Parts: sequence; structure tokens; C-alpha cells
Amino acid sequence: MGTYVPTTPAEQDQMLAEIGISSVDELYANVPAGMTICDRLSLPEGISELAVRAAVTSMADKNKVFRTILRGAGAYNHFIPSVVRSITSREEFMTAYTPYQAEISQGILQAIFEYQTMICMLTGMDASNASVYDGATAAAEAVTMCRDRKRVKAFISSCSNPEVIQTVQTYCFGSDTELVIVPAKNGRTDAGALESMLGDDAACFYLQQPNYFGQMEDASGISAIVHAAGAKFIMGVNPIACAVMRTPFEYGADIAVGEGQPLGLSMSFGGPYLGFMTCVKSMIRRLPGRIAGQTTDADGARGFVLTLTAREQHIRREKASSNICSNQALCAFTAGVYMTAMGEKGMRQAALLCVSKAHYLAGCIRKELGWKLKYDGEFFHEFVTECPCPEKVLQVLEDNGILGGLPVDGGILWCVTEVVTKAELDRAVDIIKGGVLI
Amino acid sequence: MKLIFECGSDGQHLSLIPPCDVPEVMLKETREQPLELPQVCENELTRHYTALSKRVYGINDGFYPLGSCTMKYNPKINDDMAALPGFTAVHPLQPEATVQGCLEVLCKAEKYLCEITGMDAMTMQPAAGAHGEFTGMMLIKAYLRDRGDTGRTKIIIPDSAHGTNPASAVMAGFSVINVCSGPDGGVDLESLKAAVGPDTAGLMLTNPNTLGLFDRNILEITRIVHEAGGLCYYDGANLNAISGIVRPGDMGFDIVHLNLHKTFSTPHGGGGPGSGPVGCKEHLVCFLPGPITAEADGLYKQVMPAKSIGRVKAFNGNFLVVVRALTYILTLGRDGLPDASRHAVLHANYMMSRLKGTYDMPYDTFCMHEFVMSLDRLHRETGVSALDITKGLLDYGLHPPTMYFPTIVHEALLVEPTETESKAAIDEAVEVFLKLYETAKTDPGKLHNAPVTTPVRRLDEVGAARNPILKYEK
Repeated sequence: MGTYVPTTPAEQDQMLAEIGISSVDELYANVPAGMTICDRLSLPEGISELAVRAAVTSMADKNKVFRTILRGAGAYNHFIPSVVRSITSREEFMTAYTPYQAEISQGILQAIFEYQTMICMLTGMDASNASVYDGATAAAEAVTMCRDRKRVKAFISSCSNPEVIQTVQTYCFGSDTELVIVPAKNGRTDAGALESMLGDDAACFYLQQPNYFGQMEDASGISAIVHAAGAKFIMGVNPIACAVMRTPFEYGADIAVGEGQPLGLSMSFGGPYLGFMTCVKSMIRRLPGRIAGQTTDADGARGFVLTLTAREQHIRREKASSNICSNQALCAFTAGVYMTAMGEKGMRQAALLCVSKAHYLAGCIRKELGWKLKYDGEFFHEFVTECPCPEKVLQVLEDNGILGGLPVDGGILWCVTEVVTKAELDRAVDIIKGGVLI
Repeated sequence: MKLIFECGSDGQHLSLIPPCDVPEVMLKETREQPLELPQVCENELTRHYTALSKRVYGINDGFYPLGSCTMKYNPKINDDMAALPGFTAVHPLQPEATVQGCLEVLCKAEKYLCEITGMDAMTMQPAAGAHGEFTGMMLIKAYLRDRGDTGRTKIIIPDSAHGTNPASAVMAGFSVINVCSGPDGGVDLESLKAAVGPDTAGLMLTNPNTLGLFDRNILEITRIVHEAGGLCYYDGANLNAISGIVRPGDMGFDIVHLNLHKTFSTPHGGGGPGSGPVGCKEHLVCFLPGPITAEADGLYKQVMPAKSIGRVKAFNGNFLVVVRALTYILTLGRDGLPDASRHAVLHANYMMSRLKGTYDMPYDTFCMHEFVMSLDRLHRETGVSALDITKGLLDYGLHPPTMYFPTIVHEALLVEPTETESKAAIDEAVEVFLKLYETAKTDPGKLHNAPVTTPVRRLDEVGAARNPILKYEK
């Protein structure tokens, strides 16, 4: 068996003598008789590090790693600078606990403070928390922030990522909040329908920008509709797009959230990622989760602490604004290092490459394959095309090491990021042409 | 030290992204707000974060007896396995046939964790313990709704519970009834009997509890709740005392959440990411969040439970954390897991035994993997509080225990040495604790003034909350 216990049998005897007992079993005296399972636990026998490495590596080897990825839909294959991996794998950050003991946790607290600052810069919003589990739970927590006695109905665009909608649905089932899904028109939110649906009891509307189909929504127009009904406007935004598109603040959002994975985190079969969460000044005390704030120490030196804790569960218990008692600290740290490494220049360039290459692929598919774009609105780095035989297309791409777009209602949702070269895009189109259309 | 925004100079940058190799396209409407991210070169960037890393206390910096947090050693092999490109480069929406290895990880972890907890199925979706609690409460809600049992709206929680318990119950739409603990630290059976009734939805319990005590009446407790028509939820925060030794499922619990970042050695990351899988008994399996992983004829697939509460998170949970935990379980195996728990309990009792002639132990009995001390008397006699003692520990290079928790003990310090600390490390820590007690008697001012050796001294938390500064502004 493998073990990380350093205590030797001799030391164990010394400890037992100090306690005044003869066997560790005596310490389990409160466990009802006959309930122990140690002798019949149906688990494999422990193994050495060498053997465990082989066992787990063989599982990893059963996955297919694609050389070219043209799929997004909530998880994105972006470039991760070496310096990001190098810094974020330092064991101090990796192994520390939540920074309750501020005097010996300034590194984490300052890093979170810097992360909060950069997320505010990116979104244009007033305040950010230290992150939550992922973009979907950030959306769900944002909805919870808006509910009050009179406003008990939440609205969400059907053009949002389906996993986000499902997560918000679960949280709403918990809080007995009615969730209404607002229909789409031509791949974008039906603003007319939204306007007619919002009443006095509307707490908020959640809009994803760019939306699930890659389309840019008329967020300014929708913002006006939502605010005219007296509801809060929540935006779920892509952080790479934020480097170039109008900020949620400029669109008039009260709360802006999003999936932070594009900011330097690998796709990792879905996690760990982080949800970023920001709001306008007037809503800061309703923001859930951990927040780092600046203060001074006994000598007047600048320092950082977890702050506004009066909102939180360890103080408020059943009256807390949320049950969350952690953040995705290491992931938020990663996002902070990523934004620092990229800088304004790098992030704008990555966004430019995303939009340009996505349009290049869309053009090739239209011209070379003759498939139409399903929606005619402006898009960022994702778009839906029609496709006569999605299964066949995706299989032939897969056979050539390419993960094609995601099949979505009657078409394919493609995504292109800065890591895909023109040559790879041309090759993908050629493969489809050669493999399917001939 | 400087913030990253105060480093570098205008125009400094890294060379990361190539020029555009296709015709350039840009959005019609672009941002007008400036994007004033840091401008640094790579050297300066690494120096900044290296300096920050020296202002962090990790597991490898020293003794870390944070009660209820299980700060055990985080094996490096786990991180190596989680960094395999065969895991990190996989898109969560790849076709099932191309992610068989990932699904095998989820399936095996589920199987082993079910065996360890005595549950029938498990979801890996919840991202943390509190997220697991919420999921568990939602299972109870869905189960009751499905039976048309809508009058059951109350969750019973002992006063020694972690604050997330009541907060999670409320998020799922329940109201909370607090029951007090008996003089022995366990659930007071009479209070429990008085609390249950036709409105009881369930009970949330940690066992061993937050005082570090295994409740000897556990079978009676779960029976009382079941007979009243409620379900029993096990908070797995303290599983490290009993992993592989006794199972929540056998104690009568219907639902359990685990903290892979505690019992199963995955790193805490400075506050996350963790992982909070939720297991349940057969009668609740159809309500689990989906999809869950299943195996048939050597092929793994994801299926949605019939009456699923839905998703609690996008995709498959904190997958890389599960990879680490599975690596740990495979390493320790059926003998290593109970051996680790037994040593966790032995170490805690040894440390308590060495301190109890000096510090007050409010419960005069053996503990499990952690024990609580009360500094109430010391505080009254010398003015030195639990907080002062923790700050004194910082000056000796030790991470303090959890303080002021559980809240039912005055001036509490909750100490959990874990199985991965050596006898020498525990002995050294004991000497420091004894020395600090002496200092409290002879020179209390020194402790009021501590710490003096840390990068910053005591921080003004009241000021931080009164005038919140939550981001850097020029």
C-alpha cells in the first residue's frame, strides 16, 4: 500500500503511551459495535507511485486529443502563455488554504485584489468578487441577487448557453423563483417578446453576449427594455470578446458575469474553471462570495483582507446571501496572471484573431461548401451553418484529428480561436470537400 | 510591496500572439472604456508573482493544524496526473467515444467513493462542499415533491454545525430548526425528538461533529429522523477520521457530500478549486444532477437520471480535482485509507494529551481527528484571547488552528494535525503552544502586539469593511 504517514511503529507506541491506551481501536470506542468496515472494504489494494502513474496515464491515453479544435459552446481552446503555467503551479499558491490568516496570506489576497481590478477593467463594472465556481453558477447567483419580495420572476434568453439555463433553472427551483425563458428570433433574443413579457414582478433578465450561437445581441436596446420594466439587467459575457466589444457597463448592465476559462485555463473536460462576477456600485453589498479589500496594518502599511463578510454564511448562517464559502482562488489567480501577461495589446490581438479567423472560416464554408449561415447577424468567434450531413462531416474531420463544430438545432455551431492557423482552416474545409461532398 | 499596476512602464509587453494571417475583421461597435491592464515584461511579471508567493503560507511551509479543513500533505504525483495532456487538452463536449478515459476516471471515482461512504450512486458535479450541501438539499426537495409531501419544509441542524449548512438549506427553500448539543457535545436526543414532526424534511449532520467527537447515538439519531419521515444528510467535512473505517451509509444517512480537497488530499488552491461530490442511496438516485457516468460492456457513457434536479454546474464538475483524488485512492487503497484515518485520530489525541495539562479541553474524552480547546479561562485571567494566541503562533512560523469555531465553545481553537505530520513536527508545535501559554501569563502585551515577524502586522478589518476599496485606482 502507498502511504503518506510518516509515523513509525516506535513513534506510534510512544504516542499511545502518552495518551494512556494500548491500541488505536480504543479511540473509536464511540462507534457502534459491528459497524466498522475496514476488513471488508471492497477497494483495490494500494500501489506504488510508479504503478499508479502507469494506471492513471493509461486512462488519459484512452482520450483523443485533437490537434485542431473548431468547437466552443462554453469551453474554448485559447493560447496559454508558458509563464502562466509556470507561475500558477507554484506550490505556495496551490496548497494554501483560504486566506483567513491575513498576515501570512498577503500573496493570495493581493493576487485576488489584482484579479478583481482586472476583471473590473475588462467589464467596465464597478466591483468584482473573488470568483465563484463557474460561469453557469455565476449566472444563477446573479439571478438570486435581484430577487426581492415583489419581484419574484426571473427571465433568461433562450439564446444563452443551455448548460447555463439548466443551472439557473436548478437554483430557481431551490429558491422557488419562477424562471421564464424568452424566445429567439433569427438566432437572437426576441426583444419584442421580451418587452411584452416583463411585468411588475420581473426581477431580472439574463442576456448572453455574444450569445450561444455566436451572435452579437442588441444589448443596448434590450438594456433599455429591461430597465423600463424596473428589472435588473444581467449580462453573461465572454471575457476575450470583452477586450474589444462594448463593455457590459457601456451596455447598461447592473450585473455582469461570465465563464472565466478563456483567461488562461485549459479545457480539462470541463473544470476546474471560474465564474467571474461583477456589479455596479449600488449592488455591492448584495454580491455573494469572497471579496478582497485594501486596508492598512498596525504600522499603517498597505495590506489586504477578505472583507464585507457580514454578507456571508459563517456570520449570517441561514440569513446569508449565499452559502458559498470559497472561490476558485487558484483559477482566479491564473486569470489574473493571464491578463497581466497578455496585457491590453495581447488581449486585443487575440480577440482580433478570433473574429477575423471565424469570419474567414465562415466565408470558406459558404463559398467552398455552399452551406449558408443560419443567422445573418454580426458574430464574434462562433457561428452556425447549415449542414446537410453533420454526422458524416464531423466523423471525417475527427478521422483527420480535427474536432469540428457542435451539432445544434439543424446545423453546426463552429468556433475559431487565435490558436488555429489559416492553413488548418483551409485543410479542414478541404477535408470536408474531399471526404463528404465528392 | 507594489501592486502589478505599479510595476513596469508604458509600452512594456510580452510577445505572445502572432499577426493575423487572414483578412482582418472587427466588430462594428467597440468599447470606449479604456483597457488599462498592466504593462510589464516577462521578467518583471515573474518577479512580481514570485514575491507574492513568498507572502503565502502553503502546506510545504510548515505545520497547518486548521481544524475542520484537513490540511494534509498534497502528493505531487496527483498534480502530475492532473497535468497529463490526455486530460487537460480534452474539450468537455467531445464525442463520448473520444473521452472514454475521462469517463473512466469519473466512473471509477464514483464507484470507490460509493464504497467508502456506503452510498449507491454519486455525482461529481458539485464544485465544493457548500455546493454539495445545496445539491443534497435539492435532492431532498425533489424527493419530497415527487411524493407530493409538500408539508415537509424544515431542516434540522445542530448548533455546532458549519454556517454553510443553514445557508444551503435556505437556498433550497427550506427553513431551519436549530437543535442544541448535549453536555457531551453530541446531539441532544430530547431536543431532537422535540424538533421532529410532520414538517421535518431532514437533518444535516457532521459526524464526527465540529467538536471532533463521534456521536455515540448516531443510529438513534438517524432512526428518530427517519421515523418522523425525514431524510438524513451527512456533511462529509470530517470524513478524514473515519474513511475506510465506518460508513455514513451504515450510520443511516441517505445523502452524503465529500470534500475531495480535505479527505482525498487534493490541494486547496488558496480557497479553491475544490470538489464536493454528492452520493445518495437508491431511493434518491433518480433525482441526482446529471449527467452521471455509467458503464456497460466496457464502454462508458453519460446518462441523465430520470427525475434529475437538473444541473448544478456546467459540464462535469471540477474534473482535474477528481483525477487527483482518484490517484490518491489508488495509491492508498483498501489498507492505506483506514490507516491514514487511524493515524489522523492518533495524532490528534496525542497532541491533545500533551496540551491538556495546560490548555482547557471543554470535552473530557478522546477525540477523533481534531479537538477543540477553550481559551475562555486564559482570556479572563490574562486578557489574552484565542485571536492573540493565533497571532503569536504566526511569529513562530506555524499556521494557527481554526479560531472561534465551533461557535458553541467560547474562545475556541479547533486543532487538526492530520496524519501526514510527523511526531517531531507535532512535538515542536506543542512546545510552541506551551510557550505561548507561558507568555500569556508573563507578558500578555507581547501577544496583543503579535505578529511582528510577518510581512504585514494586524490589519484593520473594520476599516476595510466600512470604506470598501475593492480594486486599484490610479
